[in-house]
Amino acid sequence: MSRLSSTDTPVEGETEVVESDEARKALLAKIQTEFGDAVVGSHLAPGDDLWVRVDRSAWAAAGAYLKTGLGFEYFNFLSAIDWKPSPFGRDMDAQVDLSLGHDEASEIDMAIEQGVAGGDTRFQVFARVNDIVNGRGVTLKADVPDDDLSIDSWVPVYSGANWHERECWEMFGISFEGHPGLRHIYLPAGFEGNPLRKDYPLLARRLKPWPGIVDVEQMPGDDDPADAAETTEEAE
Amino acid sequence: MTAISDREQLGYIAAQAADARVNVEIETEGMTLNIGPQHPATHGTLRIVARLDGEQVIAADPIMGYMHRGYEKLAEVRTYPQVTTLINRIDWVGSFANEVPFILAAEKLMDVEAPPRAAWIRTILFEMSRIANISLFLGDMGLQVGAVTPAFFAFRDREHVLNQIEAATGGRFHPNFDRIGGLKDDLPAGWIAETKRAMKKIRSFCDEIEGLLQGNEIFEARCRGIGVIPADVGLSYGLSGANIRASGVNWDTRRDNPCGLVHSELDWKVWTHPDGDSFARFWVRLQEVRESTKMVDQLCDGLPSGPVMAKVPRIIKVPAGEAYVETENPLGVMGYYVVSKGDLTPYRVKIRSASFNNISITPWLLKGVYVPDIVTILGSLYFILGDIDR
Repeated sequence: MSRLSSTDTPVEGETEVVESDEARKALLAKIQTEFGDAVVGSHLAPGDDLWVRVDRSAWAAAGAYLKTGLGFEYFNFLSAIDWKPSPFGRDMDAQVDLSLGHDEASEIDMAIEQGVAGGDTRFQVFARVNDIVNGRGVTLKADVPDDDLSIDSWVPVYSGANWHERECWEMFGISFEGHPGLRHIYLPAGFEGNPLRKDYPLLARRLKPWPGIVDVEQMPGDDDPADAAETTEEAE
Repeated sequence: MTAISDREQLGYIAAQAADARVNVEIETEGMTLNIGPQHPATHGTLRIVARLDGEQVIAADPIMGYMHRGYEKLAEVRTYPQVTTLINRIDWVGSFANEVPFILAAEKLMDVEAPPRAAWIRTILFEMSRIANISLFLGDMGLQVGAVTPAFFAFRDREHVLNQIEAATGGRFHPNFDRIGGLKDDLPAGWIAETKRAMKKIRSFCDEIEGLLQGNEIFEARCRGIGVIPADVGLSYGLSGANIRASGVNWDTRRDNPCGLVHSELDWKVWTHPDGDSFARFWVRLQEVRESTKMVDQLCDGLPSGPVMAKVPRIIKVPAGEAYVETENPLGVMGYYVVSKGDLTPYRVKIRSASFNNISITPWLLKGVYVPDIVTILGSLYFILGDIDR
């Protein structure tokens, strides 16, 4: 629960790193024993962070367990990732934006490659909650299959998830079962499309292609011109 | 005939009034009140649709998006150094603080560490952004409840801090000064002494604000007990910064989870208030500005020498990975969840901005309050629209 005294001493950096590593391992073990096979992936960065990927069916239960069972009372944020690479290319040095349906599109590697804690589907919902007493956070992830873009709502557990789920719904088109009112939050009512999906074109870029990187000349203060040139080539 | 005493007379009037309330059926009709999008209490274009029963709010629904710029989408087609230009505009009164967590997240993925001097100057500018941001609040809070003077004081004294930020970075509002691996430049000559003078002025500004508002009968009546947020509700809505500390939660990322900045080497204190009302939020912020001026003084004294930029490639490619870094920004916890696939541009940037969470409590908090208190509550929650809409 909350700490009411304001005279706590600051946490010492050195000892914390080793300690929290063990603590995170214990935390992961607790979640694994509670949910068993429903924990389908995890990633632990020692002394830094913890990711846990749970099955979609265990999403709401995992949130509830973290809040009531493990003291992660603080709701940080909830959002989603679209792992399907953009058909328009994503490098800044592309002189022209590629358009859908043209031959160039096939040149882009469209293979889906998920991030930490793995994944099986194009869309992944992720949320972060914090245990403020121990100063730790956990990022939970869950895969959402393409043919049924829905997942349980966290609103009954964390009231703050309400707006985040509305944002996620309009930006990715993922619906949240049990949400009290999935309405547009930023975009006007009746807006079509889900702007944060990778295949949603960024119209400003399409109308006026980005000129690419022009600022590669030597700048004052760069002492080693060879080094700068080398890295430029590397990037190209 | 005996003269009726004052006391009896008052009793008679009260009885009459009570009768009138019982006998006369007063019909009230629900009313919808639109506050905003253009309203001085909203710091931008937030619209609140309040359904009223008489003077009381039955339901309030904030409507935003008037300033949604889609930074999460835009960041996907910009290189890492270009993203700082965008995110400067999230919280535009404390811009430098916006850049810090993103740069730290990118540095974490690249496994680059800024030199000590850069980390210290970052912390100085970070705290100065806080002062520039919250001093606006201190003036504005008075304005919300009808006191005009504090606003003028705030704009007068905020200038000292903005001048220093401008002297160091070249930008008063959008410094764009933070770089992956350090800072664009070192501090100009004479900056340290001038900054310490500015901090002294800010401290006397805090005393002035305290003298003007704290203890002022009208201010106290308008703020005490208004918009009380219990700690558990605040946590579940994800409130952060002074809003949650005013509910008695002793949590400050600067102390509990220091990441890249040097707050742990300073002598300072996290202030909390047990009440959770509008006054508590005002009070905690006032103390925070004082604490920040002390921090800047200590940072100026202990500033290490050395370079301000680590060796990083000219063209920055960030290795594949995911990182989340949050810092205690003026408005609350701000974090960036950066997903990289090893390209020039981030694959996905989730911006966790403080005001979005802070203001998501309003439908719960405004239920049952009276119309004039809406302004006090919104003012005391203190949000910047750019920080909600992103």
